[in-house]
Amino acid sequence: MGTVKEVDDRFKKFGTVSFTSITKTNDFIDYLENGKVMGTRCRDCGLVFFPPRADCYQCFAGNMEWFEITGSGKLVTYSKLEFAPIGFQDDVPYCIALLDYGDFKVFGRIAGDIPEQELKIGMEMKTATNTLPNGQLNYVFKQS
Amino acid sequence: MGKVAIIGVGQSAFVRSFTGSIRELAFEGFKEAMQDAQLTARDIGASVICSAPEYDKQRSPAGVLAEYLGLNPQPTFYVESLCSSSSMGVRLAYSLVKSGLHNVVAVIGFQKMSEISSSESQERMGRGADIQWESPFGTMMPAYYAMFARAHMETYGTTLEDLASIRVKAASYGQLNEKAVYRKAVTYEMFSDPANRMAGPVASPLRVGDCCANADGSSCIIVANEEKAKALCKKPVWIIGLGAATASVNLAGRDMFTGLAVAREAGRQAYEMAGVSAKEVDVAEVHDCFTIAEMMAYEDLGFAKPGEGKELIRSKETYKDGSIPVNVDGGLLSKGHPIGATGGSQIRTIVLQLRHDAGDIQVKDPQIGLIHNIGGVGLYGNVTILSR
Repeated sequence: MGTVKEVDDRFKKFGTVSFTSITKTNDFIDYLENGKVMGTRCRDCGLVFFPPRADCYQCFAGNMEWFEITGSGKLVTYSKLEFAPIGFQDDVPYCIALLDYGDFKVFGRIAGDIPEQELKIGMEMKTATNTLPNGQLNYVFKQS
Repeated sequence: MGKVAIIGVGQSAFVRSFTGSIRELAFEGFKEAMQDAQLTARDIGASVICSAPEYDKQRSPAGVLAEYLGLNPQPTFYVESLCSSSSMGVRLAYSLVKSGLHNVVAVIGFQKMSEISSSESQERMGRGADIQWESPFGTMMPAYYAMFARAHMETYGTTLEDLASIRVKAASYGQLNEKAVYRKAVTYEMFSDPANRMAGPVASPLRVGDCCANADGSSCIIVANEEKAKALCKKPVWIIGLGAATASVNLAGRDMFTGLAVAREAGRQAYEMAGVSAKEVDVAEVHDCFTIAEMMAYEDLGFAKPGEGKELIRSKETYKDGSIPVNVDGGLLSKGHPIGATGGSQIRTIVLQLRHDAGDIQVKDPQIGLIHNIGGVGLYGNVTILSR
C-alpha cells in the first residue's frame, strides 16, 4: 500500500479562472488569504520581482524572500472589457489595469465599484486583496 | 557567402471558415507559391511549417503537412512565435540557406481558427500572454492593445478618429483584395453611429472596427540561395535585412506603453543589416491586428517620430500614393488574421510590390519594402527588409 502524495496546488485559487495550479510561488495564495499582496526579492543581489518569481535570473542564487506591496502606485493605463474570454463572462464589464510602483509594476483589475469615468492615467491607487463571487482570490486596485 | 532570395510566394484566400482540413488549407498557399516559382517538390530541400498549435487537434502538424505537400523525405521544421510565426519561419529559412545546409526552403504558414468559437479563441489568444499572472484576471488581446491605445491617446493626443482613419484606409484597399475576408467599405460615420456594429465596444477605447477578424488561411514563401535564385527565377526579391526581438510577456515587465519595444529593436537590427534608413523604405506591411498597432508601427519603425503617427494618417501619407504606403493590401484589418499564415501573407504582398506585379494596389516603382510582424502583445517582433 503506497501513501497518497499530497499535491500542493494552491495556485488554482488565483483569479476567476486559474490556468496554473502548481508553482514554487504557491505561498502567494496564503498571503492573499491573509490580506497581503506579495512580491519577491533576491536576498543575494537585491533584484525585486512582481509578479513574484522563485528564481533570480541575475545571480541564479535561488535565495528569495517575500515582501509586501504597500503604499500606492500610479495608474499607467487601463481598459474596460465589454466582451470576455470564455470562463469570464459573468464578470463583464470589468477593467484591467497596470500600476507603477517605481521599482516594479503590478498588472491586475480595478475594483468593481470604481466607474471607468473616475479613472485617470497617473492617479494614485493601492493594491488590495479581493475575494471573487465564486470564492476565488485575486487583488484589485482601489483609490488611495 | 551569397545573397538569399525569395523566389516564390503564395496565399490561400483568407476566409471565415475554410471547408477542408488543415493539410488541404496549407496546400492552397503552397501550390500557388510552387506554381509561382515553377518548382516541383524535388526542388525543395526542406520545409518550415508555422502555426499556433492551440487551434489544431493534430499534434506536430509539420510532419503531416510535409507528407501532404509531397515533401518527403526532406526534413521539416516547426516554428511557432504566435502571430509572427511565419516571419520567424522565413528568418529560419534564411539561416538554413545562408549556412549552406539547404539550397531552397519552403516556409508554409497556416491557421484554421474556425474550429473553435470566437470566445474560445479569445481565451486561447489571451493565453499567449502570461497565463500564471495575467490571464486569471480575464485578459484578451483587444484589451491589451486597448491599454496601449489608452496610453498613446493620453500621451500624444491621438484620437479615436485617428484610429478609425486607419480602419477606413485598410478597408479602401481590402475591397480590392479578392483574398481578403472583409471586402466592404468602412466609413467614419459607422464609427460615430452607436447603432453600427463597427462602433460597438470591445475593450475601451477600442471598438469592433478597431479589431481585425479571425480567419482561416495559409501562405507560402520560397527562399533560395543566390545561385538557385538566379537559375530559377526571373524576378528574385532579395532578403537584405532581418530583425527579431523578444520582450517580457507580462506587461508589468515593460517600460513603454505607447509603442512596442520589440518592434523598435527588430527594426533597428533590420535597418542596420540592410544598410537602409526608414526614409528609404518605399512600401511597408505592418502588423495591424488593431488600429492602434498600425499607429504604433509608424512610430516604432521610424516612419514618424513618437507621437506623430497621427499626422501621417491624417495627411494620408500611408495611402498608396503617399510618401510611405502602408498595408495597401488591406492589412490584417481587412484580410483577416490567420495567425500562422499572416507573416507570409505580408511578405507575399511586398514581394509582389517589388516585382511590380501588385495590380490595382501597385505602388509607384518601389525598390525597398519592409514587413513588420508582431507576436502576442509585443512578446515577439520580426522586421524583414526586402529589395528588388
